[in-house]
Amino acid sequence: MSVATAPKRTAKRSSAREGGSFLAALPWIGPALLLILAIVVFPAGYMIYNSTRKISQVGTDLKGVGLDNFAKVFADPALPRILLNTVVWVVVVVAFTVLISLALAQFLNKPFPGRTLVRMAVIVPWAASVVMTTTVFYYAVDPNYGIFNKFLTDIGILDEGFGFTKNAVPAMAVAIVVAIFVSIPFTTYTILAGLQAIPNETLEAARMDGANRWGTYLFVILPQLRGALAVAVLINIINVFNNLPILKIITGAIPGYSADTLMTYIFKVLQFDRRLDISSALSVVNFAIVLVIVAIYVKTVKPMKEV
Amino acid sequence: MSFLVTEDRASQKTVIWRMVAGLGVAALFLVPYAVMLIGSLKTRSEILSIPPSYMPREGAQWSNYLTMWDTPETPVAYNLISTIVISLCATLLVLLVATPAAYYTARFKFPGKMVFMFLVIVTQMLQPAVLTAGLFKQMLAMNLYDTWLAMILINAAFNLAFAVWIMHSFFASVPKEVDEAAQIDGAGKLRVLFKINLPLVWPGIVTAVIFTFVSCWNEFAASLVILSTAENQPLSVALTKFVGQYSTAWQYVFGVSIVAIIPVIVLFMLIEKRLIGGLSAGAVK
Repeated sequence: MSVATAPKRTAKRSSAREGGSFLAALPWIGPALLLILAIVVFPAGYMIYNSTRKISQVGTDLKGVGLDNFAKVFADPALPRILLNTVVWVVVVVAFTVLISLALAQFLNKPFPGRTLVRMAVIVPWAASVVMTTTVFYYAVDPNYGIFNKFLTDIGILDEGFGFTKNAVPAMAVAIVVAIFVSIPFTTYTILAGLQAIPNETLEAARMDGANRWGTYLFVILPQLRGALAVAVLINIINVFNNLPILKIITGAIPGYSADTLMTYIFKVLQFDRRLDISSALSVVNFAIVLVIVAIYVKTVKPMKEV
Repeated sequence: MSFLVTEDRASQKTVIWRMVAGLGVAALFLVPYAVMLIGSLKTRSEILSIPPSYMPREGAQWSNYLTMWDTPETPVAYNLISTIVISLCATLLVLLVATPAAYYTARFKFPGKMVFMFLVIVTQMLQPAVLTAGLFKQMLAMNLYDTWLAMILINAAFNLAFAVWIMHSFFASVPKEVDEAAQIDGAGKLRVLFKINLPLVWPGIVTAVIFTFVSCWNEFAASLVILSTAENQPLSVALTKFVGQYSTAWQYVFGVSIVAIIPVIVLFMLIEKRLIGGLSAGAVK
């Protein structure tokens, strides 16, 4: 897209634009800097500090305990299942979201009457709050009064309503479907933006060379979508990894931790056990995982190489 | 919009197939919200009836939209006000703070600019959910626990990065000569920003505002731990209280949801065209 030009290359020409000092920049960037330092950087540091303390259930800081909280976290018998759930959750949701969105974007890029209306329908789950969308799914799969279960029995797939949200595995499956459903709009639109940035000449040239449709898609279109895909995948990984409401609503009533991801587990520890210290240690682990994923991703895929 | 004649030489038959497929796609994405709307028009006994009905048998209960404000589960009216106040204030704060930063970083070089932009990228990778434990303790210590101000600050801080990024790209696309000409005429930097640049980059601002607003409107994780008083909580948190009860008042959950969703959908539809341009400027290069 033409709107995105790298500023550093063009900024050199005029001497009036150089020579700014940090102090001169401060009134302009200061408020943003302050907000980031106070509400993002400081709590991150504070959380790391809290993870090495023993904190009472009412929030009183009792004493430093070094890495004891982390030892407790890693000795927790529930942890392996939670980590497995987290990996399945992220990989399945992101993979399906991207595959479906690639196809959907390709379709929505083709001209046909009413396309704008279809595109608008696809936006709706993005505009609707995730909590609200998840709630309607939760209601619809209820074994007794759920519309979706009734539909499945009416068309003969089920003999009677199935309790999708009563056991860990089917409940996770429902949550995964919901997560894919709400992730598709953003992903599709990002890919659509990428598709529209492909010059028509490129496609014409491929057609002239006699490339067939799949060949054109795999070797001409897909490589051009690299930038869009890189951003979409990264943002999806982060969003899905940190998603709380979907699992909280759909698997929240299942006892134990068999349907928990790291994120929902952190909240259970914080809200029900009121263990701020342990939950901070878990959050640090979570935080570290996010940073490692982002770092590896940025290093290998270079989604922001022009920045 | 194109009509039956299409630039990729699709035949009439292909176009009709596309329309059919388009109808299917649209239906698939709208079904949950149709269920929501129909559910909001049923009586309490009907929505919990076994087996359920597809359509309201006792006629559409539009009165639900009046009675839903007074339900024992949560003070819905307060929750709606909380959502509106927090989202509007946070969006305004983002705009006030991100615009000068985006403008300055797109136009001028200064020592520490790379560090600042790096900080912005890192913030974009994080969400309040990752830091809730830290934010919870911090807000307790700052005496902001359970206040709107806490959530306004949190929402603003975590959405700032995206706004700076999008607007930065838009400002960078305005030719420098425009600025220079104005400066020769003796206009100060603030005047150049307001009189010359803002009118040119407003599509970028619109994109940034909508993204920020929607993200604040839907925020859940931080509100869940920071806001404990029922009246202070936004709808996203309040509505989860209905779920899992012995006999959930689904018709109210859905009625409230519809009321909360419609304004955002309208916002999105107004910028549908711009959305793609905004996304390509901000992310896809």
